[in-house]
Formats: sequence, structure tokens, C-alpha cells
Amino acid sequence: MSDTLIAVEKLDKTFGARWALRGISFRVMPSDIVALVGPNGAGKTTLLRALTTLARPNAGKIFIGKIPLLQHANAARAALGFVGHQTFMYDDLTAFENLTFYARLYDLPDATARIHTVAQRVGIAHRLNDVTRTLSRGLQQRLTIARMLLHEPAVLLLDEPYTGLDKVAADLLDAMMLDAKSEGRAVLFSTHDLERGLAIADRAIIMKNGRIVHDLPRADWRDLAGFMQIYAEVLGDK
Amino acid sequence: MKFIRQVSAIVQKDLAAELRTKENLSAMVVFALLVLVIFNFAFELQGLDIRALGAGVLWVAFTFSGILGLGRSFAAEKDKGSLEGVLLSPVDRGAVFLGKAASNFIFISVMEATTLPLFAILNNANLPWFPLIPYIVLGTLGFAGMGTLLSAVAASTKMREVMLPILLFPVSVPLLMAAVNLTKGALQDRDFADIANWFNILIVYDVIFLVIAFLVFEYVVEE
Repeated sequence: MSDTLIAVEKLDKTFGARWALRGISFRVMPSDIVALVGPNGAGKTTLLRALTTLARPNAGKIFIGKIPLLQHANAARAALGFVGHQTFMYDDLTAFENLTFYARLYDLPDATARIHTVAQRVGIAHRLNDVTRTLSRGLQQRLTIARMLLHEPAVLLLDEPYTGLDKVAADLLDAMMLDAKSEGRAVLFSTHDLERGLAIADRAIIMKNGRIVHDLPRADWRDLAGFMQIYAEVLGDK
Repeated sequence: MKFIRQVSAIVQKDLAAELRTKENLSAMVVFALLVLVIFNFAFELQGLDIRALGAGVLWVAFTFSGILGLGRSFAAEKDKGSLEGVLLSPVDRGAVFLGKAASNFIFISVMEATTLPLFAILNNANLPWFPLIPYIVLGTLGFAGMGTLLSAVAASTKMREVMLPILLFPVSVPLLMAAVNLTKGALQDRDFADIANWFNILIVYDVIFLVIAFLVFEYVVEE
């Protein structure tokens, strides 16, 4: 367990009578970039929300590093960074005020310097004093990524992070994930953009109907076409 | 100290957003003033009437206008998903509750501070600011605390605008009875000994319901 940054064991989650996650187990090591793929309703978002404590599993265990997530949620949250479907930003505050607010929630020292550093890194430094509602979807997504990086988390979780990003911003996001890899962080992201996602992933987890049906290291697929063949079989398209 | 810094961050965020838009406060103040004007025309409150009816008029204005503000407290956070951003942070849920409750208390107090002078002017009354203000502050404290918790509950439902008053009014009955009777006592210049029981009820309500709200808030906002 010591080297593992994410450990999930026999995770179950139901919504009423419907299984959203069933017997999910996997591990993510430092410097791993893992792509989570699968059709709509496969359970990718629910899995990521369970990992962030936003959804409570019915059964199973989650460890972030050595921290049991369900028992010590706040300690685990401090080690997690999450980009979800929503920006989590306050429309009426400026980008800087939003980041300052989150820096204070994380009780970060030198918040202002850190805000300027991450804003520079994601390319929104020139718009920090703009009210968030006036930013485009793509710039808001960059701001969300800045919020995720603010406290330098060991584990980055991203749910459809390419949504709304132009090519420059998507390239920036890829570079950010590769930087995280080189810094020894773990990255787990869901995507429907297989071409872009698989280009940087070390591993791909394919989900369907709340289960992991394949957990493939990069060596197991030759190229995108090779992966698509496996993926099509899983989806029953072949 | 970290806990206090996090509470303060939430309050400052709410105040900064409100100062920029003024949506919440302006709606609350206008609504409270409308209530006062309507009552003024309906009852033509003057002299002795204000001693008999003034407390009820004031608390109708405070309560309904306060509910307008409380309803917006979590609705906006839920709509934009920003509450989830807060819940993702390593913040004690009690700090989130205290921050939101403090913001609501400030907004309602500002509305009351605007309403009271107009009430005095409309009714040509010389209000006994002491002990009137401490009574109103204590009433507002319990109302904002319980209202914050139930606003979070209502924001998770489909009919949140309807749900908040339905949930809040029954729970607030002891508080409102105590606050109205204390306000009436102040307006009638009665001895404190005559209304001490209501004062005790108000204090006990504030303590019990603020503690309950603080403790159960975690279960309301988390899945």
C-alpha cells in the first residue's frame, strides 16, 4: 500500500435499485496517468465522485496514499485535486477572488504568490481581475484547473477535462498532466476524447455498466487503432 | 485558528459577492419596506396602536423578508455547483455552516437596520432602541441559524422556494413567539421581570437550535 497513491477495493455504489459501481478494484501508483473510458452511464463520473468524497459508496474501501478516505475524509481531501463537470466557481467574484477563497479554505501560506504561479501556468494570469461570469467556458475551465493545482495535490482527478477547451488549452492541460507525472503525482481522468486521452495515458481502464471490464497498460495496445478494436469489442459494436 | 480562518473566508466570500451584485439585500430590504407600508395603510398605526401591534408588524416584515434571503443562500451555491467545490476542500462542515449562518445573520441584520428607522418614521414613534435591538439581534440569531440549516435542506429538493417556509415556520414558532413578546414588551416599556420568561426561551432556543444545526449540517450537505 505504501507506494500506491490511489487504492480502491471492491467498491460498490447504488442509486436506488440501480448499480452505479459494482466490485471496482484498482490501484494507481505515483507518476501514473490513467485514462478512464467507457460509454455514457458506465460509472466513470460516479467513481471519480466517490474518490473525491462527493459520493458515498455503499461498500468497499478507498485509500488516498495511506489515508482511508471514508474514515479521514478531510486529510484525504487535502491530497486531492478535482476538476468536474461544473466549474465550482462563484460567478460574481473575480478569478482572483475565487482562487483566494479556495486558497483560504485549504489554509495555504503565501496564497497570492501561489495564485499568480498557477494562473501563469494555465494561461489566465491576464484575466485574474475579471469577474468570472465574463470569462468564456474555456477560460473558466482553465480557472477550474488552476483551482485544482492551487494546493499542489498528490492526486489529480479530472472528469472530462477537455470539455470546452480549445486546442491550445487542451495542449496546456496535457502538458500539466505530464508535469504532474514528472513530479510523481498520480493522474486519473475520464474522457470520451480517446485520441487525445490515450496519447498521454500510461494505462486505460475501460468501464461498462458500473464494472471495470479491462485494465490495460500501454503495452497492451499498439496504437489508437489497436485500442479502438478492444474498445469496440467491449461496447459490443463488433 | 484554521477553523476560524475558514469560517471567515466563507463570510468574506458571501459579503464580496453580495456587495458586487446587491441582489439579495435589495430584494430583502424592498420587501420589508413594502410590508411596513402596507401595514401602515391597513392599520394606520399611531400612538397606542404601535404598542399593541408594532411588534407583530415588525416581525412579519423581518420573517418574510428574511426567508427571501435565506432561500437564496444555498440555491445559488447548488445551481453553480460551487457548494461541491467547498465540500471538496478539507473544511470542517461545521465551519461551512457557521460561515453561511454568519453571512445570513449579517444580511438579515442589515435589512432590519434599514427597516427599523422607517418603521419609526412611518409611525412617528420614538423607539426604545435599548432593549429593542438586543431582543431583535437574539431573535435574528436563532432565525438565521435554523434558516441556514433548513435552506440547505430545501436547496436539495425540487420545490425549494416552497419548502423553506414550510420547513422553517413550524420550527421557528417558539422563537417568533418569544421575539414578538419581547419586542412588544420593549415597545410597551414593560419591566424586564415581566418578560424574563420569554427572554429565557429565546436564549435556550438560540443555544439548542444553533448547536443542533451545527452538528447535523454535515449530514444535510453530504450525500
